[in-house]
Amino acid sequence: MDWGFILSETVNKFFGFQAAYFAIAAIGLNIHFGYTGLLNFGHAGFMAIGAYGMAISLNEGLPLIAAVPIGLLAATAFALILGVPTLRLRADYLAIVTIAASEIARILFRATEIGPFEARNYTGGSTGINGFSGPFKDLNPFDGPVDLWFVNFSAQDAWIVLVGWTIVLLSVLFVHLAMRSPWGRVLKAVREDEDAARALGKNAYSVKMQSLVLGGLFGALGGMVFVLGQSSVQPTPQDLGAPKTFFIWVAMILGGTGKLWGPVIGSMIFSALLQFTDLTLRGAQEEGWIPEWLMDGVQVGQTRFILLGLGLMLLMAFRPQGIFGDKRELALDVR
Amino acid sequence: MSADQTVTIPSLEGVAEQPGSAKPDPMLTADGIVRRFGGLTAVDVDHLEIQRGIITALIGPNGAGKTTFFNLMTGFDTPDEGTWAFDGTAMGSLPAHKVARNGMVRTFQLTKALSRLTVIENMKLGAAGQVGENLFRGLVKPLWGKQEREIEERADALLERFKLAHMREEFAGTLSGGQRKLLEMARALMTDPSLIMLDEPMAGVNPALTQSLLGHVKSLRDEGRTVVFVEHDMDVVRDISDWVVVMAEGSIIAEGPHEAIGANKTVIDAYLGTSHDAPLDFGDTEGADA
Repeated sequence: MDWGFILSETVNKFFGFQAAYFAIAAIGLNIHFGYTGLLNFGHAGFMAIGAYGMAISLNEGLPLIAAVPIGLLAATAFALILGVPTLRLRADYLAIVTIAASEIARILFRATEIGPFEARNYTGGSTGINGFSGPFKDLNPFDGPVDLWFVNFSAQDAWIVLVGWTIVLLSVLFVHLAMRSPWGRVLKAVREDEDAARALGKNAYSVKMQSLVLGGLFGALGGMVFVLGQSSVQPTPQDLGAPKTFFIWVAMILGGTGKLWGPVIGSMIFSALLQFTDLTLRGAQEEGWIPEWLMDGVQVGQTRFILLGLGLMLLMAFRPQGIFGDKRELALDVR
Repeated sequence: MSADQTVTIPSLEGVAEQPGSAKPDPMLTADGIVRRFGGLTAVDVDHLEIQRGIITALIGPNGAGKTTFFNLMTGFDTPDEGTWAFDGTAMGSLPAHKVARNGMVRTFQLTKALSRLTVIENMKLGAAGQVGENLFRGLVKPLWGKQEREIEERADALLERFKLAHMREEFAGTLSGGQRKLLEMARALMTDPSLIMLDEPMAGVNPALTQSLLGHVKSLRDEGRTVVFVEHDMDVVRDISDWVVVMAEGSIIAEGPHEAIGANKTVIDAYLGTSHDAPLDFGDTEGADA
């Protein structure tokens, strides 16, 4: 088994665009759940809306500078549609509605036709959209592979990695500025106790709506970096469905909810671990260390998620606050 | 409990000791407030005036509708019928946060400390009209930094007054029950309310702290604020209230100074049942601490 290869691939994924887009989406989810206490179980819906909004616009010949805002606007509309009926109600209603709405969005993107409307002409139906990322690739300043001493990327990957991590750093800066402000204080107050915030003259509904839209925008940005990175947008559950939502949650909790760098570090570790377990299992199988009757090549892909789930359970048991979390906070009785 | 300025406390001499009596200078006036939960009429208040600048106690047996009435007045619940005005402004359809911004601020029976915010952050949250509570302005610290420092000074002064200064940087969730009551009162004061409604401020607080809380409530009045509080402990009511309003089964059954209320037949009946015929003594006995 080639440990050097496994290690270098793992480090690559630690800094790759996969970690970056995860981080951007997880930053959005952290605004929702970590800072405001909104239970958003449909984050992949925001990612899908952003990704499709941009991809369809690019496919229709619009420039990147117009396509990205269109994706963001679509995500804003999605947040408003989700928020208006649910944010006045108890927290769990938002959870239910977000699960449903994100699946509705994905299934609509997969539909060949919606009534008389030939949706597949725009969304590509179940095959999704490929080859829309030309305008993005044209901007690539790298003309050869980039080889830093610890990571190496192809010219194409290096460009999305650069863009992705730039967005991550700007997002972290934004969240830092927003959460140290009195606005951030109101957000956290709503998380702790909405009625207390209202009794002190804070408009909890408005603040929750702002948070839902803002976090949704980061979700959409994450979705865009994701589909630009893989040059294709697919309406599959793995790419833009409930499993993706779940993985974003895992990455956020892993890092520490409500912490500035939590979602970023959590995403990097999650992305790297996924690669590491995959390559290690595959290597062990090729070496014959894992007998054929126990696991075949196809099952490796699923087994790594089982292992990750086990790892998450251990994390919750021994470090429930995540990597950056403060155990003191967890010990407090929150209602 | 040092008052910042001396305010003469309005006298209620000559005010009729009967439910719904008119006050010389009412701060809060409620008319025909009805709230039903299914078949149960929880609150049915014909007319109530709360005098400005004094401490009014709202008492009554469990289930009398005191807390529901609080919720209705502060926008946390909506009555089925009725109108009410605060300081001359109709409060009919205002949501809770706008009621608070108008100067009518409440606390809760079960304290709501914002557990994972520090004590000082809890305090600073209370301040009204913060420039930085807008997302876009909040991003630019120079726009709100100066105001934040002023708020912090005010918060520190209040923490000092409420003897919480040593807990300044602790999470509010680590405070004891009594400290949470203090924090909630101090936090409400950060909004600079003209009417402060305290829902059972002494519940679950040890006797030593009760004395200091009582002092704080009196100091609110001495600053010229109007105080309404719900309380079960008759000693407390006797000690600090200038006027007592008694509720039972959703309605107001009696009003008056505490001396008069103690001898009121309707009140005794409401607390103890109709067969009891000795006068209710507010002074020495446990009384009707139901």
